[in-house]
Order: sequence, then C-alpha cells, then structure tokens
Amino acid sequence: MTYIAKPRLHHPTLAKNRVGYTRRDYEGKISTLCAGCGHDSISAAIIQACWELDVEPHRVAKLSGIGCSSKTPDYFLGNSHGFNTVHGRMPSVLTGAYLANRELIYLGVSGDGDSASIGLGQFAHVMRRGVNMTYLVENNGVYGLTKGQFSATADKGSKSKKGQVNADAPIDLVSLALVMGATFVARGFSGDKAQLVPLLRAAIAHQGAAVIDILSPCIAFNNHAGSTKSYDYVRAHNEAVNRLDFLTPRDEITAEYGEGQLIEVRQHDGSIVRLRKLHADYDPTDRIRAMAYVQEHARLGELVTGLLYVDPEACDLHAQMNTVEAPLNRLGAAELCPGSAALEKINAALR
Amino acid sequence: MQKIEAVNDFVIKFANINGSGSASANELLARAILRMGVPVSPRNIFPSNIQGLPTWFEVRVTEHGYLGRRGGVDLMVAMNPQSWDQDVREIDPGGYLFYDSSKPLPRSKFRDDIHLLAMPLTEICNETYSDARERQLFRNIIYVGALAWLLDVDPAEIEKLFGEQFRGKEKLLDSNIQALALGREYAREHLKPIALKVERRDRVGERIFVDGNSAAALGCIYGGAMVCAWYPITPSSSVAEAFERYAQKLRIDPATGARRYTIVQAEDELASIGMVIGAGWNGARAFTATSGPGISLMSEFIGLAYFAEIPAVLINVQRGGPSTGMPTRTQQADLIACAYASHGDTRHVLLFPEDPYECFEMSAQALDLAERLQTPVFVMTDLDIGMNQRLCRPFAWDDSREYDRGKVMTREALDSGADFGRYLDVDGDGIPYRTYPGTHPTKGGYFTRGTTKNAYAVYSEAGADYVYNVQRLKKKFETAKSLVPLPVLTAARYPARFAAIFYGSTSPAMHEALDALADQGIYINALRVCAFPFQDEIAEFVAAHSKVFVLEQNCDGQLATMLVNEAGVNPASLISIRHYDGTPITARFITQEIAERVSRLNVRPLREDMVA
Repeated sequence: MTYIAKPRLHHPTLAKNRVGYTRRDYEGKISTLCAGCGHDSISAAIIQACWELDVEPHRVAKLSGIGCSSKTPDYFLGNSHGFNTVHGRMPSVLTGAYLANRELIYLGVSGDGDSASIGLGQFAHVMRRGVNMTYLVENNGVYGLTKGQFSATADKGSKSKKGQVNADAPIDLVSLALVMGATFVARGFSGDKAQLVPLLRAAIAHQGAAVIDILSPCIAFNNHAGSTKSYDYVRAHNEAVNRLDFLTPRDEITAEYGEGQLIEVRQHDGSIVRLRKLHADYDPTDRIRAMAYVQEHARLGELVTGLLYVDPEACDLHAQMNTVEAPLNRLGAAELCPGSAALEKINAALR
Repeated sequence: MQKIEAVNDFVIKFANINGSGSASANELLARAILRMGVPVSPRNIFPSNIQGLPTWFEVRVTEHGYLGRRGGVDLMVAMNPQSWDQDVREIDPGGYLFYDSSKPLPRSKFRDDIHLLAMPLTEICNETYSDARERQLFRNIIYVGALAWLLDVDPAEIEKLFGEQFRGKEKLLDSNIQALALGREYAREHLKPIALKVERRDRVGERIFVDGNSAAALGCIYGGAMVCAWYPITPSSSVAEAFERYAQKLRIDPATGARRYTIVQAEDELASIGMVIGAGWNGARAFTATSGPGISLMSEFIGLAYFAEIPAVLINVQRGGPSTGMPTRTQQADLIACAYASHGDTRHVLLFPEDPYECFEMSAQALDLAERLQTPVFVMTDLDIGMNQRLCRPFAWDDSREYDRGKVMTREALDSGADFGRYLDVDGDGIPYRTYPGTHPTKGGYFTRGTTKNAYAVYSEAGADYVYNVQRLKKKFETAKSLVPLPVLTAARYPARFAAIFYGSTSPAMHEALDALADQGIYINALRVCAFPFQDEIAEFVAAHSKVFVLEQNCDGQLATMLVNEAGVNPASLISIRHYDGTPITARFITQEIAERVSRLNVRPLREDMVA
C-alpha cells in the first residue's frame, strides 16, 4: 500500500479509448491492502480490461461481500457505484440489482472465504440462475482480515504460516461453477496479467453467469514454503490450457496462428473469443470434459488455468423471464399501476 | 332438551381430514350464505401437513357483521374419526352434531345434551360413485347439500357459485349439482329440521370477500413493486404466489407480451432479502413476504439496509413462534423481532393492517414509505388475516395518486452543481439524497457499505462521523412518525376512564367486545395502533385514562413493552391482556378479561388509581 496520493490531473498525452476515457479514469481510491497483495494486481487487470473494452465506468456496478477481496471495489472504477454487502451474500444483492436494471454491467468481487465458506450456498445458486454478471473470486486460501485462518479452498496438506497442516478437503470453485450451470468458467492467476486481462474482457462481454477463480497469493499470511497458494507454488504448478484473445465485433483479426491451434467461439452478442490451444485435446465448449480435465490435473497437483468452459448459447435471466427491455427501475406508475378501473373488476370478482 | 335457536347468528365447525378437498366445499357453503346478504367469517384451522391429519373449518354466520372468531360451536360437522371425541366435546349444549352414520358408533361416543343429525354419507357415496377420488370429493358436496337444506341456504345460490367456478366445464358442473341435490333430498326425507336458520338480508353491501395475502400482493402490484424475491414459508407463501398470478394479468406490456415485473423464488430467506436490498439499492421497488423464522434469518441484512439506508418492504405474515413454533397457527409475536431486527442500535417502521383492505392499502403505502425513508418497512399481518377470506371494504385506488420515489438526485441536479453527500442531512429531516447507480459519468457515484462512513459515504472510523450518522438516523425515525398512518380512535358512548389499545387482526374481536361491554355498562375508549414509530397521540391517549388495557396475541405483551420503551407511557397505567394459544382472539375472551378486571378495579379504585 502507499500513502502517496496520485495527482488527479492527467497528462494530456494519455491515450483515450473509444468512449473518451484514459486508463486513469478507471482507477479508484488508493488501495489499503498490503504491498504485493495479489488482489491489487487483479484491480489493475480490471482497470485495464474495462478501459480496453470501452466500457463507460459509471455503467458498471461493483458488488462485493466481506473480506480483503471485498474491499477492492473501492480501488478501481472510482466513479461507479459500489456496494460492500454482507459476508457471503453478495450474489443475492447482485441478483437483485441486476433484476432492477438490466442495462448495467455487474461485477461481483468476492474471496475464497466469502464464496467457498460462508457464501457457498449463494455462490452455487447464483450460477444456476444465469444472472448476467462477472463473478471474481480472489482466491488465496486464507482469511486475511482475521489474520491467517485456513479458508475452504486451502488444499489438504497445505501448511499455514503458524505451521498448522490443513486436514480438510478443499472446495474447487471452478468445478462447482461447472456443475451448477455457470456458462463461462475460467481460472486465472493474479501474477499473469497477460492471461487475466483477456479473460476479464471475455467474461464481461459474456451474456450470462461468468465466473473467474483467480489465484491471488496473500503476501502476509499465505506466501510461505508449504503453502499451495504462494506465488512460487502457483507459478510452478500453473498449467494453462489456452491463451485467449478476446475480440469485440469491431476488432480486426490480425494475429497469425498455425493450423489446428485455434478455436473461435462466437458469443450471442457477436463477440468472438479466440483461443490459442496450449493443450491440443482441450475443447472449452465441452462442459463434461472440462470437469474431468480439471479434476484429473488437480490429482497430478496441477492448477489448470485459462478459459475452461464457455457456452456460446448462454441466455441470461431477464431473457428467460421475458422481462421488458427497459430497466425496471425506470418504469413509472403508467406502466406499473393497473388503475382503478381494473381494480373495480377485481372487486366485482370478489363478491 | 334445550335447542340452540338462532337466525343468522351461529357458528358451524367442520372437522375434516386434510387433503380431502373439504376446505373448498366448506367455503362454498360460506359463500352461498354471503350471497344471501348475510355476513360470514370463515376460518381455516389447518395442520402443518398435506394429507391425513385433522383440519377444521369454522364458519361464523353473523348478521351483525362481527367478523372476529366468536368461540363456541353451534353445529359440528364431524367428518373425521381421529378428532371425534374432541369435536363432540366442543359443541355448546343444545347444539347439533352432523355426522356420517355409515358405521355404527356406541352410545358412549355421543352426548345427551346435543341434537344428532345422522347421515350415512360413506354408504351413499359408495352406492353412487365407483371412483375413489369422486367418492371423497362428492362426499363433501353431498354434506353441503344436506346442510344447506337444514339451514335454509338457498340452493340456487350454490348452483350459481358452481356455475362461476366451472364455467366451460359442463360435465363437472352437472355432477356437482347432482351431488348437491342428492344431499338435499336425503336431508329432506330423513333429517329433522333444526333451529339454526339463514334468512336473506342485505347486510353485505359493496364489501368484498378476500384473503389478506392476496390483498397484500395486489397492494404490491398497485404500489408499483417491480421485484419480488421470496422463499416459501407458511403462512406467507400465498403472498408471492398471488403477486405472480396478478402480475401475469396486470403487468404485461400489451405490445410485446413482456413482463413489467420479476419474481424470483430464492434459495432461502437470506437470499430473498439480499435480492430485495440489491434491487432497492439499484432504484427498483422491491418486496419479500415471509414469516417469523424468515425474519430471524434476514436479520443481518435488515441491519445493512437500515444502516446503508436502502428501501425494502417486508410483508411478515406472522405465525406462532418461537423457532418452528406453530407454523399453521396465528400470533402477533414478531413485533419486537421486527422493530429491532439486527444487531446494533436499529429501529424499523412497522405497519399493522387490521384486515385485507388494509393489507392492500398498507402494502402499497409501505413501498412509498420505504423509498421516502430509505429504510426497511414491515407490513405486520398474520395468519388469521392472511390466509382466511374476510369480508372487507372494496379496494380503492385514486388514479391521480403518484408514487413517492423519495429523495433521488438526478443527473440534471448533479450537473447543476448540487452538493451530493449520500449521508448528508440537507433538509433537516434526517433523510439524505441518493443516486441510482449509472446516473452520471463523473458525479454522484459512491461506495455503499454497512461500515461507518462520513456524510459523503467515505469510509471513516471517526467517532464523530459515526455519531452524526446515528443521530441523523434517529431524526429520520422521528420524521417517520409524521408519515406513517395515525392511530384510529373508537370513542365510547359516554366519557370513560378505561381505555384499550389493540392492533392488527385483534380488531374485529375488539369491536365486538366493545359492544358487548357497553351492553354490560362498561364503557371503554379504544385506540387501534396502526404503525410504529408511535405518534404522540398514543402517549396522550394513555395519559388521559386511568387504566389502559393492551390487547395482544402474544405471550409477552410485546406492544405494551414497546409503548413503555418507545412512547414513554407510564407502565403502571397499562394492563396487558394476552391471548396466545394460536387460535385467533375472540370477543368472548376480551369481554370476559376486561369485565373481570374492571370489576376488580372498581372495587378497589383508590389504590390502583393512585398509581395511575
């Protein structure tokens, strides 16, 4: 963390995106997290992804639960509305917000304690409903704000800073999201921005429940030898299945790829997720295979990262419910109130 | 032997087995009486079970329009062998027992002081129908036919009701009419007439017959609710179900067929209130319907909505507690749980509807109040109002009425340089301005949190910021006093030194009791409390009387406690009268309790009055 406030005045030559904002316009307050925290790298990746996507910052709503990760929405997109809700319950608040206004972009920011322990139920159910959101789990296997207790994603056999060995089986949120019906499932690493930013861009553009489990080492309580969520451990065991280019409909396709190396997934809104295969046999549109693949590699001690599953036909909750196009929060009495004549008819039927 | 004789003033109780389709048959008889212009008040007393357990249905026929539960039974329709002994015991001396005589019962199973009406229902059904389900369903209709003959209920009214119910289903209509006639003919040939009679009157007027849960749902439709999130729990589930039913008719865009509402059945009450709060934060009118256990689960979120100042409406259809308690019985036992829901210093707005009409009114009003006050608002109904059909004033809506969306700062206001502090008291009423997410590219954005913050929504652990915020919330609660419905006074015919305070579903029994007490020469001024926070009128009312009876349907006298704590009334002037066995409070109970205490107070007026 730093105490040095960034100047508000921007350099005139800073590059602007298509909607006229510089990257600095996507920043938030100064982070109060520990220096070197993985979460700050994720905030930086979110800033980069939103800037690159030409999203107007105030059209994003940021929601979080409780914990170190859940504090981070204050540190990016400073002009957006944010809501730091209660522990483990961000998914329901986000769902309600999304019901109220389908036009905004919803970012849910959570951690492993918030999502895998206290909030496991809401995590699972929000994936089932097809809420159009990007759900980020900043996963460090440890409770930071309460100083170093294991979380439910800590691997069996992983050692705490105080030397305790975790005896409980870990919860793999990627596997759970796949089972529960999330239509975009990815895993990233806070230390690999080149992989994370395109994942974020594709997730934000995805019209449905998108979840990215981001390994994000805790510098203060879980970055020691014996931890399976340290920078060193994650780097050594990271097994990326693909490299991703995310293209909006207007992007030109320029990169050259060798034959058989490329998968293109065209999504509902016309955006294209272009994947460079790192593993020849990996097909990210095959959900069942993805589940098996993640599990098989976990048994070998490998952390599979990249875009693990995407359903190009994903359909969001408002479409399923056939809600009107206009955001509900903009409807007035003319649209909502059936009026006294209709009430008279109802009265007549109750006599 | 004595014979209970009554015209348009008696109680029929049906003892049935749940899952047998009896409730709709019993309701049919009640509706037919209503169509004859005679008020009725039915109550379904059902178990927490789907099939096989005892269930009762009481119909009070009441020309005077006393819609509370009377107590006592004049005619028992005993259709359930499981509860036979209890049912026979309950009949008032001189009353009537209508029963299925297919299987002979020993003399010891009857009483000498009641009149027997024996009908071999099972035999008749077995002879007439071959299908098991038909035997069961038409059995109910056959006894309705017999009872209609006994009570002089016009069969044409029942047939008309069938016609409405089975419009377009001619086969069903015919078979029901046949079953009805079968019962009627049997009764005419075999049963002796009884002295309980229904005579045509014109006492119903414009009133409607509806359950409070449907009324609350309709209130949410009219009040502009856009989002409903709920989790099934008795006795509130039918609020959300009715909302969906009404919305499918009343909230469809005629051009596209798309819905102008959303409803989500959440995974639990934590999620349902979370969704309501998320929607409220994002500028939508949202509500949930629940009961006591749901309130307990929602408590953390309710505190967040209170402290972060997010509108939310909770319709609490109260049932018997604590814990799972009496899920299918009625109580008013969640007052304190709701008034102070959540940890820390919290206080919430409560509304107390007395009947379905007010369930409609107050649910619509709650949506306005929640946005005006930016806080959770509770509509405190209960099972007695919520799940029973009740005669009440017709719903009314003034088409010129506009929704009060509260203090929302627009993009234009922000552009014109307005000082936006999310938690800043600009107008001196404790209510700050808010912005909806997405309003303005550079102004009006803020980070909402349940943690302390300063007036500009910036995280702060400074004591002064916290105190400013809490004091402002207190001021806001004061402001709420001027916005919530005023108490309703029913003044005694003569100046009275005694008074009564009551609320919610106690209302019909209370009004009946006031008449009964006046007949005994006991005059009581009665005040119906309609909301919390309590207005000064309530404290003044208490101060103006030497003793005030506080009538409630809970064991601890929760309203009495709140009156002492929140309205500053003298505890010595309150006499708490509580009814909490899960059945609706009766006029007989109230009359007896008050009369007894009044006579005691009148014997030793000095000392008791010295205290007051």
